[in-house]
Amino acid sequence: MKFLRNYIDKIKPNFEEGGKLHAFRSLFDGFETFLFVPNDTSKSGVNIHDAIDSKRIMSLVVIALIPSLLLGMYNIGLQNAIAAGTVETTTWFSMFLYGLVVTLPKIAVAYIVGLGIEFTVAQWKKEEIHEGFLVSGILIPMIVPVGCPLWVLALATAFAVIFAKEVFGGTGMNIVNVALIARAFIFFAYPQVISGDSVWVATESICGLGSDVTVDGYTCATALQNVANGAAPVGATGELLTSCDMIFGFMPGSIGETSVVAIALGAMLLLFTGVASWKTMLSVFVGGIAMSLLFQHTMPENPVAQIPFWQHIILGGFCFGAVFMATDPVTSARTEVGKYIYGFGIGAMAILIRVMNPGYPEGMMLAILLMNVVAPFIDYCVVQSNVNARAKRVTKKN
Amino acid sequence: MHRVVKISKGLNINLKGAPAKEFTSVDTPKLYALMPADFTRVTPKVVVKPEDAVKAGDALFVDKSNPELQFVSPVSGKVVAVNRGERRRVLSVVVESDGKFESVEYKAQDVLSLSSDEIKSHLLKAGLFGFIRQRPYDVIATPSDTPRAIYVSAFDSKPLAVNFEVALKGNEEDFQVGLDALSRIAPVHLGICACQQSTALTVAKNVTTTIFKGPHPAGNVGVQINKTAPVNKGEIVWTIGAEEVIFIGRFFNKGKIDFTRTIALAGSEVKNPSYSKVVLGAQLTNILAGRLESRYENRIIDGNVLTGKKTVADGFLGAFSTEVTVIPEIVNDADLLGWAAPRFGMYSTSRSYFSWLMPKRKYTIDARIKGGERHMIMSNEYDKVFPMDIYPEYLLKAIITGNIDKMEQLGIYEVAPEDFALCEFVDSSKLELQRIVREGLDKLRAEMC
Repeated sequence: MKFLRNYIDKIKPNFEEGGKLHAFRSLFDGFETFLFVPNDTSKSGVNIHDAIDSKRIMSLVVIALIPSLLLGMYNIGLQNAIAAGTVETTTWFSMFLYGLVVTLPKIAVAYIVGLGIEFTVAQWKKEEIHEGFLVSGILIPMIVPVGCPLWVLALATAFAVIFAKEVFGGTGMNIVNVALIARAFIFFAYPQVISGDSVWVATESICGLGSDVTVDGYTCATALQNVANGAAPVGATGELLTSCDMIFGFMPGSIGETSVVAIALGAMLLLFTGVASWKTMLSVFVGGIAMSLLFQHTMPENPVAQIPFWQHIILGGFCFGAVFMATDPVTSARTEVGKYIYGFGIGAMAILIRVMNPGYPEGMMLAILLMNVVAPFIDYCVVQSNVNARAKRVTKKN
Repeated sequence: MHRVVKISKGLNINLKGAPAKEFTSVDTPKLYALMPADFTRVTPKVVVKPEDAVKAGDALFVDKSNPELQFVSPVSGKVVAVNRGERRRVLSVVVESDGKFESVEYKAQDVLSLSSDEIKSHLLKAGLFGFIRQRPYDVIATPSDTPRAIYVSAFDSKPLAVNFEVALKGNEEDFQVGLDALSRIAPVHLGICACQQSTALTVAKNVTTTIFKGPHPAGNVGVQINKTAPVNKGEIVWTIGAEEVIFIGRFFNKGKIDFTRTIALAGSEVKNPSYSKVVLGAQLTNILAGRLESRYENRIIDGNVLTGKKTVADGFLGAFSTEVTVIPEIVNDADLLGWAAPRFGMYSTSRSYFSWLMPKRKYTIDARIKGGERHMIMSNEYDKVFPMDIYPEYLLKAIITGNIDKMEQLGIYEVAPEDFALCEFVDSSKLELQRIVREGLDKLRAEMC
């Protein structure tokens, strides 16, 4: 790999101050550090450093997301086949391929728009490119319905990166989860592409893959929507979803959120490597279960309150949010005690919104965003108890 | 029995090149230097000129704001240079040894019959007071202060650090007299490690001994203070290194200035890492001669890998340094796809590497930062290796934002930069935490004093 290193060292001066390609410095920097670990050595403080850096941490999160993404792709193909009535004649591989073809443009759009903005800002502020968007860029396409148009996705990504992240100072300084802000943007600005019955299943064939769904205005709601409308949690076939469908994620929903098994694989990687906090994750589930049990016993009239607690957990975006969104270290509570409160708040709030809000059947997004905003206050209270103890020590002494 | 304090948060970094418990003789160095930068807060006023003859114990420079606080020559000979840097800042005063190691003669004293003020004035006169540091601010102590207590940590838990028991051997009596002298000024707290057997430590007199168990930073005096009686606002606690206590004891016992210390030459790039006896401030040339590997470009560190300063082969031993460490500067300058490659030989506390599978393995870690500087992203990284009852992340943020009130509330009076060394090591955002803390302490001191 020496020749590559030498080549990069050779072209490097062009990108430095005064070089003819200086306008692309951040891009070059980004690629150089992507290829090679920087060779800067410590100038002050410790002479040795741990090998971990934020690039590796972000890459781990992306790896953890891959099972959900792959199963999500397969599910897109499956749902399309169910809608077209061609399940028997379509192989699983062509279902997956169809899902891949449908999903890739979304991922590409999110990355091109988001990274484009990041590179521009890095160039402008004379900073190194931060890798936070590697995660946001894959999360955004995974939490929107398959029917979300690319231009809406581009607009939402741009809005989120600029107004949820860059104005606050970039990765590590944002208050709310960037990917969820993109989703919230779509939710409030273009509600028709993220809710309703017609966005959850891909209905057009692409390059001979998948099938055109011919029935005019084909509709298929998510299980949670069906429940909210007073029906049973049924899938695209019109039959009751089996527990197996729910767990493997063979039901309409946002691209990455449906499969509990795939999410669990990702969760294991995140927990094992310590990238995500088990305290946050666990307390989201505890909060969700506690709240759904509470509603089940207190609101016999409400259909959403009456679905069993375990279905609350495995339907919709609960698991995905708990594993990949709530645990975002930047926007989550940062104190260890705070993480329990923060996580519990998310779980409880998500179920509360699902049950009490008649307008929209999903509550995870709003719950996490709300708790993102509250997290600094939770931390403030936790840290303040340490401050008070210290102050008390002084007065006791005197 | 002594009180035992168990510390669970922390980290022992397993580095290659720990010193073996044996001594390697070093050709007596010719040049010795005292560097004012080692004595934080002191503005030096040089009182010698090149060509002046000095004895060990003659002042080379004094503190401008407090001229009785003097810093003395470690050897006899003549001053050869007063090196100055930008804006005529004194970098070092260099003395060429005449090889005789003659000291200014003092009377041997029975310390237990002396008063606190007498001890202080003896220490000032002998140039030993400059080895005493204080919390808050981690600066050289002010003689007119009355400290609440004096803390001595008798073990260094940092990676590749000196085993104090090796340095103590043969100096037991001086060590005890040093402790006795300090105990006349204020109650002395001695922190020892559960693994230390020397009776000079376990049954040391006129001190309160506490046994600390656990990984680094259990040996940091700051942690020991925090775990026994934390520094409150308005209080002053003095700290002094265990080898410097021996200097004090020698002075009172023999009436001589003898700054001979036991240092370790350690690190992965040292052939047969071991101990040597040298006088403080010695030039490193002889110490390093023939001892270094030449596989990579070497980084020579005056002090520990976690807290020491990068120096050069003909640099000088710092006033507080008990070791010289040599590690590679860069092991691999084309480290491909570091974010994805397994990188088996790398050490990390993160399980995204494989070093957790081999807890016994010893590592060569080079001086690369191994990542770009970012804002704080991960939470709980610092807390895991920071045993004090302080929220390190919040204290650091208060320092970065210059919020004096918050710094005070969050416990800045209790910390020194070295307490954040492990945090800096594990930090995935690669922030220069020790520098940040030093700047915070300086800023606070400028406001308060």
